[in-house]
Amino acid sequence: MQINAAGCHYRTLNQQIKDAVKRGEKSIELLNVNGQRYIGDGISGETKIIINGVPGNDLGAFMSGPTIIVNTFAQDGVANTMNDGKIVIKGHAGDVLGYGMRGGKLFVKGDVGYRVGIHMKEYEDKIPVIITGGRAGDFFGEYMAGGILILLNLNNEKPERAVGSYLATGMHGGVIYIRGDIDKYQLGEGVGIVELKEADNIVLNKLISEFCKDLNIDTKSVFNKPFKKLIPVSKRPYEKLYAY
Amino acid sequence: MLYRTPTYYEFKVERDDTRCIRCQVCVRQCSYSSTFYDAEEDRIFNIDANCVGCHRCDTFCPTDCITIRRVGENFKENANWNAWAIRNLNKQANTGGILLTGMGSDRPHRIYWDHIVVDASQVTNPSIDPLREPMELKTYLGKKPDSIEIENITGARGKGQGASDYKLKTKLAPQLELDIPIMFSAMSYGAINYNVCEALAMAAESMGIYYNTGEGGLHRNLYKYGKNTIVQVASGRFGVHLDYLGVSAGVEIKIGQGAKPGIGGHLPGEKVTEEVSKTRMIPEGSDALSPAPHHDIYSIEDLRQLIYALKEATNYEKPVSVKIAAVHNAAAIASGIVRAGADIVAIDGIRGSTGAAPLMIRDNVGIPAELALAQVDERLRQEGIRNWASVVIAGGIRNSADVVKAIALGADAVYIATPALIAIGCTVCQKCYLGKCAWGIATNDPYLARRQNPEIAAERLSNLLTAWSREIKEMLGGMGLNAIESLRGNRERLRGVGLTDRELKILGLKHAGEGM
Repeated sequence: MQINAAGCHYRTLNQQIKDAVKRGEKSIELLNVNGQRYIGDGISGETKIIINGVPGNDLGAFMSGPTIIVNTFAQDGVANTMNDGKIVIKGHAGDVLGYGMRGGKLFVKGDVGYRVGIHMKEYEDKIPVIITGGRAGDFFGEYMAGGILILLNLNNEKPERAVGSYLATGMHGGVIYIRGDIDKYQLGEGVGIVELKEADNIVLNKLISEFCKDLNIDTKSVFNKPFKKLIPVSKRPYEKLYAY
Repeated sequence: MLYRTPTYYEFKVERDDTRCIRCQVCVRQCSYSSTFYDAEEDRIFNIDANCVGCHRCDTFCPTDCITIRRVGENFKENANWNAWAIRNLNKQANTGGILLTGMGSDRPHRIYWDHIVVDASQVTNPSIDPLREPMELKTYLGKKPDSIEIENITGARGKGQGASDYKLKTKLAPQLELDIPIMFSAMSYGAINYNVCEALAMAAESMGIYYNTGEGGLHRNLYKYGKNTIVQVASGRFGVHLDYLGVSAGVEIKIGQGAKPGIGGHLPGEKVTEEVSKTRMIPEGSDALSPAPHHDIYSIEDLRQLIYALKEATNYEKPVSVKIAAVHNAAAIASGIVRAGADIVAIDGIRGSTGAAPLMIRDNVGIPAELALAQVDERLRQEGIRNWASVVIAGGIRNSADVVKAIALGADAVYIATPALIAIGCTVCQKCYLGKCAWGIATNDPYLARRQNPEIAAERLSNLLTAWSREIKEMLGGMGLNAIESLRGNRERLRGVGLTDRELKILGLKHAGEGM
């Protein structure tokens, strides 16, 4: 089914989406979306939502299951505290993506802003994944407690940095893979760079193939550069901070 | 080091050996390894350095042979460099660490409640006896409309004589309904154990009030108390998912806490046991870090975004509260919070309690709850938006008189935590952060947690609230009021004692001795 979002307040639009999800619609296409917030907020199930136009902040917040495809760009707060499901963005996206995300996948073809993937966490089989095709701003993976963050830095032939500073500051869980080089000074406190092992390559191959398939990218062009792996130095970064 | 590292201990455990029957109950009860039995000598000994002064052993000693004495007075008398200062400095010289503490500040901050007195009726406007006449403590928390519309449902021809002929046309915002204007403040599963969480939930249900999960998520076995549960969303977003939001009666965004304004929280890995890890949804044994700010909230506009993200996720069916620590600019911030769409603003003062906080921050950062409350209420009234949200005050409410004063100063309800913990055994030894609580409260050790029986603890909590509600009714009756609503924000019924003109101005009170 289609919903025309032109001139529609977010509350009305989101109610229509929720009603459709409740009715069991398998596919919902939104037309003329223009900055409406909270699309897909708190919905669950297996619906697929295709968004034409630019959705507003907090796209897919608290979402648990559905798939959202954004045909253009997205704004801030995508996948905020998301529990499960998948969001694919075919353009760039803004700041604070995947805050506190604990499951599901977020694929962004282009660049992402500041503080992306902060405080992601994992529990048993719930492992959140964010893959960024382009570059990322400062504080990428800050406070990271679990999950997988992948930064591909594709289509960046200029000698610009793939990622900003304070990378993974306060990281105490999870793993970050970055394609290409990073300078030591970009790393935040408590992060170490290690060599990839065979198990890492299996994970990368699987996730990147899915990413490339969803976003129509040649997989070979991704693997023409080696990856760096970032992990926390300690699961207990602040163990020695206090006097008891 | 050429000399022994100094560990100036705080307590000395004295035993009357002639009374001791070697039952070893003290050995089993002490969780701080301060007491041990020497079989060879058939004697019980103490390691005084380990004693935290929690009084678990002497409470349980059947022959009353133990006395816990504070030591430290034997340092040379000095108003600047007292035992407290010397011990802290040594602890830091030993470890290089930030001083940690638990519970609310023990420093002598001025307690304004003790400088406020309550009015009563004499001759004119007779007082009411709550034992004989109805007395209403019912409180609704949430946004109240600016005006209401009532429609005559009998139609155009209707006579519209009786109340049943009319219906409220205005759609009201969701409300929390409280039988008494008191709630249990946020205490997270992890900081306190499951048994204590369940006791709070059971007491909240039986007393018709709410308890608050804190930011530790909600154990699935406690979902059945959902209609008496406020769930918290804090910067770590631990255990926040659709089921958690869905079972709750209300959602609270935690921005700050009175005991540690401006800083985040660290639940140490030792406290993240299997069950805690399930609820917080993080691996066992890993630190649970709550960042100092919500990194998606840098402004009132951003706060509005999270408030509405939560309202969208809960279909606008639940009130959203925002809790802040009482700081200098609390009144302006509260105004912003209300304008951002919060249904409830909770303000936690400098004497507010905690499971773990840096000592310097707990004792020095923030302002007293009384002053913040008076200013927030005043500001919201001046701006004409007082009805847009309810105000809940926390941080240092010790008894029913404090509740009465808080409500007359402008609060809709109060949050209590320390009185609730004391009701179930806490002796305020301030060692919650060690996770070894001998009273079975601030610990997840199953051996210790078993010391709290949820049914018994819930009964004690209910008794406490029943006693307070009786006292509140007595005080209301004495003022000639028959509903708590008539006292709310009614500062004319309060007077200050021994306060400066400026303090009185901030509190909006007259001095005792000044008439109406």
